Amino acid sequence: MSFDSAELMTVVAARQLQNDQSVLVGVGRPSHAAILAKRTHAPDLVLIYESGTIDADPDSIPLSIGDPELAATSTSVVSLPDIFNYWLQPGRIDVGFLGAAQIDRHGNLNTTVIGEYDHPRVRLPGAGGAPEIARSCQEIVVTLPHSARTFVPELDFTTSLCRSDGEGSMVVVTDLGVLETSDQHDELELTATFPGIGVGEVQDQTGWELKVAGDVAEVAPPTAEELEVLRSLGSKPKAVR
Amino acid sequence: MPLEEAIGSLLNDGDSVAFEGFTHLIPFAAGQEAIRQGKKDLELVRMTPDLIYDQMIGAGCARRLVFSYGGNPGVGSLHRLRDAVENQWPAPLELEEHSHAGMVNRYIAGASGLPFAVLRGYAGTDLPDHSEVGEVTCPFTGEVLSAVPALRPDLTVIHAQQADRQGNVQLWGIPGVQKEAVLSAARSLVTVEEIVDELTLQPGGVIIPSWEIDAVSHVPNGAQPSYTHGYTTRDNDFYREWDEISRSREAFGEWLDRLTAGEGDES
Repeated sequence: MSFDSAELMTVVAARQLQNDQSVLVGVGRPSHAAILAKRTHAPDLVLIYESGTIDADPDSIPLSIGDPELAATSTSVVSLPDIFNYWLQPGRIDVGFLGAAQIDRHGNLNTTVIGEYDHPRVRLPGAGGAPEIARSCQEIVVTLPHSARTFVPELDFTTSLCRSDGEGSMVVVTDLGVLETSDQHDELELTATFPGIGVGEVQDQTGWELKVAGDVAEVAPPTAEELEVLRSLGSKPKAVR
Repeated sequence: MPLEEAIGSLLNDGDSVAFEGFTHLIPFAAGQEAIRQGKKDLELVRMTPDLIYDQMIGAGCARRLVFSYGGNPGVGSLHRLRDAVENQWPAPLELEEHSHAGMVNRYIAGASGLPFAVLRGYAGTDLPDHSEVGEVTCPFTGEVLSAVPALRPDLTVIHAQQADRQGNVQLWGIPGVQKEAVLSAARSLVTVEEIVDELTLQPGGVIIPSWEIDAVSHVPNGAQPSYTHGYTTRDNDFYREWDEISRSREAFGEWLDRLTAGEGDES
């Protein structure tokens, strides 16, 4: 079955999620990936949206993180003080899903402005829950398109700090491959590429000298089941380029 | 109290005002009444400005915005907010921005009558340069934590499902931070779907007693195009359409003209 890189990106993000985990999900690709994981290899995955819906099991892809469908299918619906102070801050949520307009070599993220803060070229939405998700979840999964505009040597604004204390891990899934941090170093390392993509091509789209793993794997294409379930979810996330 | 009278008497030009509701129960009708009455120089406080503040900012009601996430959820940008920040149209907009956790804890401190709240976060990011954030050392462990000042809006406006005839209010579904927002404010206004003789406690229901509320207005559909759990559904199509309406000053101007002319349902 043929597929495009946007579909593969969602599938690879879904594969990062394990059956016994809880995940804080945002809308867009994170929702597609988390629901795909729950419908395939991780049926017990607990989906938590920062609106306060815990263990949501939506039939359709929500447009916002507080859609009626999420509240109606959740085990528990809690207030924002609950979700941020009792659930997120103490580390009760295993995985956090984030996107960004810019990322640096350490995995720090910008979702605030492109350009100078006081005279921005592009005013982005801002922090939302991201800074505390980045510091509180053990595992962070970031999805973003791979280009020299997004993979920059220096962020225009540091909205969220990657945990570089060796206690957490980060996986970055792009439309070219997969980068990861590990306990040994606080820098992203290219560990896998998409089918047909060479390491040189990834380097060309990265604004710093890329750290490359000794054995770069090739990402397995989507299985028939993964593609079928993903497509059945409808309202596909935007193609990234 | 009729909504026109409530907004007229409780919201003053120059006030700090919070129209709260996290995706659910956003008090759109009240925000649009403030636009109709030409309220100005407001400090708008809200975790997610959403379409309600995009409309008020575009209409020229705002001097300052205190917020944590300024996007159209699942759709993209808030174009009126961006036009104000990027091009100072229709007027310059001062920003104070936080994370969601920071805003939540600011409301908690306000509701608690405390000067500030503590949380982990902010450290190492660029947010403190554009925010009101300090550091405090735990007297017991020595841990350095972030401190955020209490929010104390002059007025908080929320939407709820029901009020009884004494003015006690009940909301349910996603409860957001509305209880804290009401308790942190000097004055409060609640618009409701329905006035009932007696409140029956709902699963997850939050009841705010009448003596903490200054006015209740009966405004069915007052949260559209967001929604009221059990009463109305979220108008996701309008959230998508707003991207087009708000993208150009001309299309927004036409929308605003229709709103202020009071034609039909302009949610």
